Amino acid sequence: MHIQEEYSERHVLSLMVTNEAGILARIAGLFTARGYNIDSLTVADITADHAMSRITIVTNGPPKVIDQIIAQLDRLVPVHKVTDLTENGPFVERELALVKVAGTGEDRIEALRLADVFRAKVVDTTIESFIFEITGTTEKIDNFVGLMRQIGLVEVGRTGVVGLVRGKEPN
Amino acid sequence: MAEKSGADILVECLIDLGVEVVFGYPGGAVLPIYDALFDHPKIRHVLVRHEQGATHMAEGYARSTGKPGVVLVTSGPGATNAVTGITDALMDSIPMVVITGQVATQLIGTDAFQEADTIGITRHCSKHNYLVKDPAKLAGVVHEAFHIATTGRPGPVVVDIPKNVQVATARYERPERLEHASYRPQTKADPAAIAKAVELLAAAERPVLYTGGGVINSGPEASTLLRELAALTGAPVTSTLMGLGAYPASGPQWLGMLGMHGTYEANWAMNKADVILCVGARFDDRVTGRLDAFAPHSTKIHIDIDRSSVNKTVAVDLPVIADVGSALTDMIALWKERDHKTADLSEWWARIEGWRARNSLAYPESREEIMPQEAIAQLYKASRSAEDVIITTEVGQHQMWAAQHFGFDAPNKWLTSGGLGTMGYGFPAAIGAQVGNPDSLVVCIAGDASIQMNIQEMGTASQYRLPVKIFILNNEYMGMVRQWQELTYESRYSNSYSDSLPDFVKLAEAYGWTGIRIEGPQELEAGIRQMIDTPGPVIVDCRVAKLSNCFPMIPSGAAHTDMLLDPSQVEGIMSDEAKALV
Repeated sequence: MHIQEEYSERHVLSLMVTNEAGILARIAGLFTARGYNIDSLTVADITADHAMSRITIVTNGPPKVIDQIIAQLDRLVPVHKVTDLTENGPFVERELALVKVAGTGEDRIEALRLADVFRAKVVDTTIESFIFEITGTTEKIDNFVGLMRQIGLVEVGRTGVVGLVRGKEPN
Repeated sequence: MAEKSGADILVECLIDLGVEVVFGYPGGAVLPIYDALFDHPKIRHVLVRHEQGATHMAEGYARSTGKPGVVLVTSGPGATNAVTGITDALMDSIPMVVITGQVATQLIGTDAFQEADTIGITRHCSKHNYLVKDPAKLAGVVHEAFHIATTGRPGPVVVDIPKNVQVATARYERPERLEHASYRPQTKADPAAIAKAVELLAAAERPVLYTGGGVINSGPEASTLLRELAALTGAPVTSTLMGLGAYPASGPQWLGMLGMHGTYEANWAMNKADVILCVGARFDDRVTGRLDAFAPHSTKIHIDIDRSSVNKTVAVDLPVIADVGSALTDMIALWKERDHKTADLSEWWARIEGWRARNSLAYPESREEIMPQEAIAQLYKASRSAEDVIITTEVGQHQMWAAQHFGFDAPNKWLTSGGLGTMGYGFPAAIGAQVGNPDSLVVCIAGDASIQMNIQEMGTASQYRLPVKIFILNNEYMGMVRQWQELTYESRYSNSYSDSLPDFVKLAEAYGWTGIRIEGPQELEAGIRQMIDTPGPVIVDCRVAKLSNCFPMIPSGAAHTDMLLDPSQVEGIMSDEAKALV
């Protein structure tokens, strides 16, 4: 007997939650307990009184499972609102990465040229290395990191995705 | 206003919330609360023998009275012992508030004596939980905990209170009922959904009402409304294990329970129905059988207060997100307003009668041994003399036989562990039910294996003079395990024999109970009568046929139409795909 895999699709979910102890564990734990996937998760408080946080989760699963994820998140007591940005309409998503590259001579120049193409900024440098700061979609960052790997990638730090609905209204 | 200790604030809250009984066990981290409860004139404390017992007692109390069950246990092992009952209450949607002691705030995280991460451990087995670090916030949390436990889809809520918070002082004012910022369960259905549901039901040629525990949770009024809707539509009614009693077993439209050990007519009606109205049930795997063959010709309407229950396993055509009672009220009102008549369903009923004629609950008779089904049937017959009967069960064959052969005509009279399937639930649940219903006849139908999982609570029943009856169907096996081994593993009975059973009659005597042994069919009726007529707690060791199987049965991974009616249809082996299913 073999275990079958199902078709799955990527969704970006945006959650407004009460900023309280344990909220992140509650949400992350729901994903592990029910066997859902987390590709990335970001959280930070976003109101002046620090009472509310926005959590952005990138997940993937069959459409039926995505519906369940939203319903399950929505019934957690501290969750105010769940928006499926992918389903909801046009939205902007961005991720930030710090990319450390080491090299000398032509490699060093090539790294700077590529950084320029990707609009990455140099935020630290030594004679033999750079740290670039790059912002963009997950795909753009993947591409940049992929190129740097060929030049002399040392390490990467990524924030995970944040997203907002386009237009003047809140989601 | 003078300040009060956290412990006193907690007790004050419980009184303000109408709590009459607390099931608990003391320990280091709850000593201040126990001191506040010492000789308390309003709150009755029932001292259990194991914290798991306390949780199931609270469940039994809640299920039989409609009020939330309250548990009080200490930190560390007190809290971890309560976890099974908390999970059980979550799965079966039982309103329960569990108060756990915790080590003092400055000791949290230091691996202090009897420290456990109660909030972490119970986070995913409770509806919600709280760690209270400030006595000034305690009252708000306790009131909110009861609100969350009892509204929406009910469930267990854990409040973890460090010992220094119980001692420190703050002012107590009864919190005003504020609307919660983020927790607002939808109880009233969308009128468009109600209209569509009524329209579908009125036009149905082969309707079935598939009802569940949500009807019971919605309160006795919901059961009355269900009966009214059934009468208006003329539709047959079936129920899950958790919903038994919402529609009376003696009612004319009753099909019996559906699912794995449901009746032939209930499962075939589901398979051939054109409209299924699911009322407060959740398409559990024990109900649906093989999903791609479940009710394939039907339009499915699903009334549920929990949106996450909708489309979880079975795709439905019309979700109605609401409290069952509210949705049924709206549907009945609209049905009458539109002047729908009861449709002529005689053709549908003729087919149902055809299935019913298979007599799927029949069992072989015996003069030498007591058939377990016969024992339940006799118990049912005898217990009808009592004014009010509450039945609890453990988990296994006896549970299914009780569901099949005991008729429930009212809600809140049938207490069983459905979702989690917790052996050890039934006896403490019976104690809790007896505490809440002192004048009722409360019988725990048990198996010889299950009863041993919380048998220590005999002491609790003795202490509080609770006249519960334990009716053990003793076949010297973990019967359901043995049955599956017979059906799936060529009768290799790996570890399912109950060796070294205690002498239950002597055990009864040791605890000051009455013990009765029933050894043959000729003793059955008299033995049951003696049990009912004995005023105090009684254990009945009813020796039944050892190798009886619970039929009918939908084998693992099979469709409703593949029911096995008797042992001659059993092959004794299964495919790996079927073996891998629960």
